[in-house]
Amino acid sequence: MNQAIRNTWVVAIAMFALLFGSLTVVQFFEADDLNANDWNSRTLYKNFDKNRGAILVGGDPIVESVPSDDEFEYQRVYNEPELYAPITGFYSLVYSATQMEAAMNEELSGNSNDFFYDRILQLFSGSQVEGASVELTLDPELQQMAFDMIPDGMKGSIVVMEPDTGNILAMASKPSFDPNVLAGHNTDEVTSNMAELEEVAGLSPFTNPATQSLLAPGSVFKLVDTAAALESGEYDADSELDNPAELPLPGTNISLPNFVNGGCAARTTVDFSFALEQSCNTPFAQIAMDLGEDAIAEQAQKFGFGEAYKIPIPVTASQFPTGMSDDLLAQAAIGQYDVRVTPLQVAMMSAAIANDGVLMKPNLVRTVRAPDLRVLDSPEPEELQRSLSAENAELIQQWMVNAVDRGIANGAAIPGVEVAGKTGTAELMAGSEGNNSWFTGFAPADDPEAVVSIVIEDVNLATGSQLTSPNAQKLLEAVLNK
Amino acid sequence: MSDITTVPKPRRNVELLLLILALAVGVGANFLVGLDQDQALDSDFFVQGSTLIFLVFAVHIVLRIRAKHADPIILPVVTAMNGLGLAMIHRIDIATGDQAANRQLLWTGMAIGVLIALIWLLRDHRVLRRFTYISLIVSAVLLMLPLLPGIGMELNGARIWINLGFATFQPGEIAKITLAIFFAGYLSTNRDLILLAGKKLGPLQLPRWKDMGPMVVAWLVSIGVLIFQRDLGSSILFFGLFMAMIYIATSRVSWILIGLAMIAFGGFVAFKLFPHVTARIDGWLNAFDPEVYNRIGGSHQIVQGLFGLASGGLTGTGLGQGRPDLVTFANSDMIIAAMGEELGLIGLSAIVMLYVLLVSRGIRAALGTRDSFGKLLATGLSFTLALQCFVVIGGVTRLIPLTGLTTPFMAAGGSSLLANWLIIALLLLISDAARRPAMTGPISSGRQPQRGLTSRIKALGSKPAKNQDPHRTVEVKKP
Repeated sequence: MNQAIRNTWVVAIAMFALLFGSLTVVQFFEADDLNANDWNSRTLYKNFDKNRGAILVGGDPIVESVPSDDEFEYQRVYNEPELYAPITGFYSLVYSATQMEAAMNEELSGNSNDFFYDRILQLFSGSQVEGASVELTLDPELQQMAFDMIPDGMKGSIVVMEPDTGNILAMASKPSFDPNVLAGHNTDEVTSNMAELEEVAGLSPFTNPATQSLLAPGSVFKLVDTAAALESGEYDADSELDNPAELPLPGTNISLPNFVNGGCAARTTVDFSFALEQSCNTPFAQIAMDLGEDAIAEQAQKFGFGEAYKIPIPVTASQFPTGMSDDLLAQAAIGQYDVRVTPLQVAMMSAAIANDGVLMKPNLVRTVRAPDLRVLDSPEPEELQRSLSAENAELIQQWMVNAVDRGIANGAAIPGVEVAGKTGTAELMAGSEGNNSWFTGFAPADDPEAVVSIVIEDVNLATGSQLTSPNAQKLLEAVLNK
Repeated sequence: MSDITTVPKPRRNVELLLLILALAVGVGANFLVGLDQDQALDSDFFVQGSTLIFLVFAVHIVLRIRAKHADPIILPVVTAMNGLGLAMIHRIDIATGDQAANRQLLWTGMAIGVLIALIWLLRDHRVLRRFTYISLIVSAVLLMLPLLPGIGMELNGARIWINLGFATFQPGEIAKITLAIFFAGYLSTNRDLILLAGKKLGPLQLPRWKDMGPMVVAWLVSIGVLIFQRDLGSSILFFGLFMAMIYIATSRVSWILIGLAMIAFGGFVAFKLFPHVTARIDGWLNAFDPEVYNRIGGSHQIVQGLFGLASGGLTGTGLGQGRPDLVTFANSDMIIAAMGEELGLIGLSAIVMLYVLLVSRGIRAALGTRDSFGKLLATGLSFTLALQCFVVIGGVTRLIPLTGLTTPFMAAGGSSLLANWLIIALLLLISDAARRPAMTGPISSGRQPQRGLTSRIKALGSKPAKNQDPHRTVEVKKP
């Protein structure tokens, strides 16, 4: 009988061994997957009980966690919510986290590997790990200026960036929203607030228009054509370009006209400088058809097209279409047809030209600090690629200065300073009044301190030009006066 | 029969030392719970702590007087588990605003009171053998009570409860013990018959059809519980209990094979016929299927439990720092998930080790005791504990389908607590008999002979002696 009892014990021990095995599988091997599961509100709950790190601009918290007296220990609060909403995003029980709140979640929540020792300490002390704070590269005054420049009720974005570091000094968009209404702990209230936000015309609370909306660039794309032409070696500063008032598009019975109100009509052959100054369409359409689609596409890629970035908020890849017939390529060359860019991409193009041909990676994070102020991370400027040779960059810089000095971008001129600029107008629909009105440029031209890109969507020509170049001038002046 | 030399030393001081350690764990855990929830040293903590200390020391003193050779490990192990259970229930109370910990404390008091009474009055487990058939009748009545209209009630889909007016009770928990007593009594009396008869089929000796009777009864009871009470866990438990005991009584693997075949058949039919069994299996296999997850009675509970365990990870969130209250029935069916969340794999492993220790000490008592009734009873009860842990923890970790069983000593629930402390009372008594110095004379273990009761025990104790070794009997029959 005793042998049978011993055997029974062995069976019991075998059952316990199985239990140890399955506990290990769940708590060790599958733990990461389970914690990442979408149904697991626990991770979110855990984070809402945590003192999440602040997001700072110019030393002041624009987002912080304050003690809460409801079922969670902390409440996320957005100071100056509308000014920064597209960048900070929101941190919501219902809709999860977006933008900076999502991109820097590991650091803000204190879950990153930098906190390994803090977590070990926490095991013994029982105290909570506090999240790291994230200081942004933004300049609060520039940000406010940029935000105020976009009239309420209009849709637009402004990006100000340092061309040599890629640091973004301002990134404002309208319409904006108040993330506080999504950060509440009452899920019903948050859901209905979100429904209200989604009713607002032109607003998508989940995206940052400056980095994620894809717009027709219009004439600012001519900078790509110019760079492609110079880089091909087939064109140089002395090239004479045909400038007919209308260019018949091959294979169609339509023709591409120059801008009616500009000074293009004055000459039938032009140089690059004049073509850019007056933003003539036909020379660039001709260049594109001569060089071919691949050359333009390759140059676009060198400026950053076709690639998505994390800065650390997500940047959508800008698009240059492929497989076009010549007539479509001609339209694409002037930023129409299916060419789509983010406002940040336009700033990157200018920045590469301003930075003697080297494209720096845009960046929004200055420093990440532990609660004890120890610096955990401070991103170094990062070179993405060379977009064009320094000589060619210098040529385009000079032509862009001419465009401000004598051309249609003269609204951006600052007395005593060389300002480089390029305007753009993208027709949204044939025959409609609405255009995307663009400006991109930098100053001072010989040693650029800042790049500015402005887009106002769906405006008529007159309003658009009043909102782009003159505002760029104010922003550049503000940077230079600092 | 016993080839294990008994330790003549009572070891009560060892027990005292371990008991202080166990109370430090249990009461300490309760202290940490309050500390981390910013309600350190509230009145609940003092009431729960002091009551638990008072109760287990009372048991310790009773053991010193009435069963001084009882295993010194069993009581401290159970104390630690009961203390940890109270702490976790208290912790979940703080999160949910419930008062389950104080109810649990009340039941702990009642259970330990019954344990003291049993040890004090019974003194020798062999007395229970006289109640073999009474136990069967009691088991039948207990199992049928929840089915009676008026007194029986259905809760969360299982009809296993009776309403006593002031409290609800699961008679099935007690039936576990009375059935074990019946099987132990029946098998220890009839094992020769069951052993000797039957055809041989290769290496297996098959039982006779008429000896299959008890097996069929056990099978019917299990199936009945499954059908009428919709309690999959108890059904598995009853059948496992009986299989273990008949195997120990006969040492025949053929019984196990027959039993497994019956389980397979019964299980398959139940899976096909009964929606509640089908739902359990479905929720187990397809737990992460959105449709199953969102269904009422689907896999939501088990998946949430897995999330709890996962968020605990290796080291746990720390007592009071997790969110065990997000799991339904966190303090009863899913207390293992709650423990795993806040204590981590390391803490949970320590708890499972306590069960391993407890089961092993129970088996040790079975090996040491000299009567086959005691051996059967102790092994049966110990194996039940092991099986219950396996079914509960295996269910929570998705090793097997989830059933509605309680985690012994830790889950909130009075009936379970009472029944398990009763099992401890029996194991303590049997271990006392096992560890008592072997005497060649009448069994009095250095105590003064008792009147009446003891003389009958003597008679009972000596009776099975002539057939004590089944192997020897079989060998005699061989040509």
